[in-house]
Amino acid sequence: MIEIYEPYIPVLLIAMIVVVLAGVILLANGLLGPKRPTRLKGIPYESGVDPVDSPRHRFSVKFYMTAILFLVFDLEVVFLYPWAVNYNGFLADPGFAATAFGSMAAFLVILALGLFYEYKRGAMSWD
Amino acid sequence: MSAALHPASAPALAQALSTPHSLPHTAADLVAQPWLASLLGVGAIMAFLTLNVLFLIWAERKVSAWIQRRMGPTEVGPYGLFQTLADMLKLISKQLITPSHVDRPLYLLAPLVVFAPVVVAVSLFPFAPGLAVTDVDLGLLLVFAFAGLGIIGIFMAGWGSNNKYALLGAMRSVAQNVSYEIPLILSALAVVLLASHPEGVTLEAGTPSAHTVPLLGTSLAHITLAQEAQGYWFVLVQPVAFVIYFVAALAETNRAPFDIPEAESELVAGFHTEYSGMRFAMFFFAEYTNMLVVSMVATVLFLGGWDGPLLPGPVWFFLKTYTLLFGMIWVRWTWPRLRFDQLMRLCWGLLVPVAILNLLGAAVLAEVL
Amino acid sequence: MFEQVMFWLFGAGAVVTAGMVVAPPFNRNPVHAALALIASFFCMAGLYMLLLAHLLAVLQILVYAGAIMVLFLFVIMLLNLGDHELGKQSSSVGQMIGLVAMAFVTSKLVVTLATSADSLPHGADPAAPEALVRDGFGTVATVGDAMFRHYLVPFELTAILLLIAVIGAVVLAKRNL
Repeated sequence: MIEIYEPYIPVLLIAMIVVVLAGVILLANGLLGPKRPTRLKGIPYESGVDPVDSPRHRFSVKFYMTAILFLVFDLEVVFLYPWAVNYNGFLADPGFAATAFGSMAAFLVILALGLFYEYKRGAMSWD
Repeated sequence: MSAALHPASAPALAQALSTPHSLPHTAADLVAQPWLASLLGVGAIMAFLTLNVLFLIWAERKVSAWIQRRMGPTEVGPYGLFQTLADMLKLISKQLITPSHVDRPLYLLAPLVVFAPVVVAVSLFPFAPGLAVTDVDLGLLLVFAFAGLGIIGIFMAGWGSNNKYALLGAMRSVAQNVSYEIPLILSALAVVLLASHPEGVTLEAGTPSAHTVPLLGTSLAHITLAQEAQGYWFVLVQPVAFVIYFVAALAETNRAPFDIPEAESELVAGFHTEYSGMRFAMFFFAEYTNMLVVSMVATVLFLGGWDGPLLPGPVWFFLKTYTLLFGMIWVRWTWPRLRFDQLMRLCWGLLVPVAILNLLGAAVLAEVL
Repeated sequence: MFEQVMFWLFGAGAVVTAGMVVAPPFNRNPVHAALALIASFFCMAGLYMLLLAHLLAVLQILVYAGAIMVLFLFVIMLLNLGDHELGKQSSSVGQMIGLVAMAFVTSKLVVTLATSADSLPHGADPAAPEALVRDGFGTVATVGDAMFRHYLVPFELTAILLLIAVIGAVVLAKRNL
């Protein structure tokens, strides 16, 4: 029996090779390029003005709302993929075709309710 | 579950298909050693990607010049073709400036984390029957997964740089990228649904070599085969999905009109403000390679991949890909930038609901076809 | 051979990076901890791949290393706790409880692993573990078939769970909107 993860081995190896290659390129530039650091070069760029305060401030809760919404819909997509792949197979089974469509329609309607609720509550208005 | 759905049957299937072409199926079959195949694959892909980036940047400058009635680069080489090469050589010899108070591990690793996943994503594509580094059964999902990893690198760059512009740009970029990933994947799903045939379809119908094979909608090779078997490209039956995909792809690659994360007039250069030399070049390389990846995905999903009359497969594949890339450049130099609230409303208020409805429509369509 | 090497590589990677999440070696930067967690997720994806669970491995990268990490990072940015808020690292009752719990779990794990050799299905040959796996195991088609034919009710309940998550997030964040 063929090891069924065999096609994935080149993916892993390529990832490793690319990381090493990119590391070598960066290192070469660091070694070959000129090295004349000055204090002024090291200052964070703020359009020529001396930096004011640390950049790490608290960010708006709207970013968090976007992330939650993304997470929920990403999970929805994850459930949709097995459905989409099997859908034509479900259709070939006459007893199951209606259930296959109905179950996903119900799933999507429930999640669309969430999207609609969030939209109505103004959680996604960025202005 | 039928034995034919076993992913190991995918190479066997393509092997059967590629007999008339007498080409080995993948580089892995060619040398029978995965590490050697990977090395060859990486070499070929890096060479191709470098040429692609050099050409795309030149094309972007020439097309923008043409749209704005300018000349564009003319000095280095014929039609300024070697301008980007000269720029690249300049970047290699530049000083790498590491600003003070950066978060060193994050700052130094960020270019790598942005660069590596897109190169891996390119290695998953079948450019023609028999011309691929590898053929995995979840190729499409893996391309999306790897393309999505870039946002981690963008965040690392923004957070590690200790710069206000960089952090603001990174936060906007991450929020925009994750939002538009949803319509992007949802529009691809409609194609997965139509391309997938676990019960089997007849390939090369009417010829002596006709045979029935099951098709898996998540394999990039199978999606192309489905379009070959059905005799039409999916853009014809899924035009709405194609438009949603193209818009979302523009946002995923941070290109105008969705280039808010690096809006020059407010954020200088966004998340890579503090990067110089090859570190900066790596972000640039990743950005243009990302454009290529989203265009290649669109080619496979909607335009039939290598499928086309007369010309050989790879020619068709790249003809379609570069036509889409031209479209992306054209859009950038034509549309003004959106505001951030407009950007978010366009995604969650329009693209996502329409993509969901379109998917249900595709399910109905699958019963008709 | 290849499998063994990969198992130890991914396994060791997962454990070490997970350690960096709970006990960062250099500083107590929550962003560093979150990024170490991504590395840990990657090693887990590799382990899933070795277990022939392709779909799970790819979803681990797509959902955990993608969506969940973005959520973690945004929460960190939202709170933006500095060293001041995190307080000094000192031994406390909580850490003692944690140590006891860890010792308990470790002992349980060792006992389970030591006795798991005879937990293979009846008649299975440990030398040929592939024989245990049916054709198509772990692929998207098999998972989908099982999910929609046998686990339809849990699947629909998941939708309601996700809906509750969205509503909960809006209610919690509403004060600040």
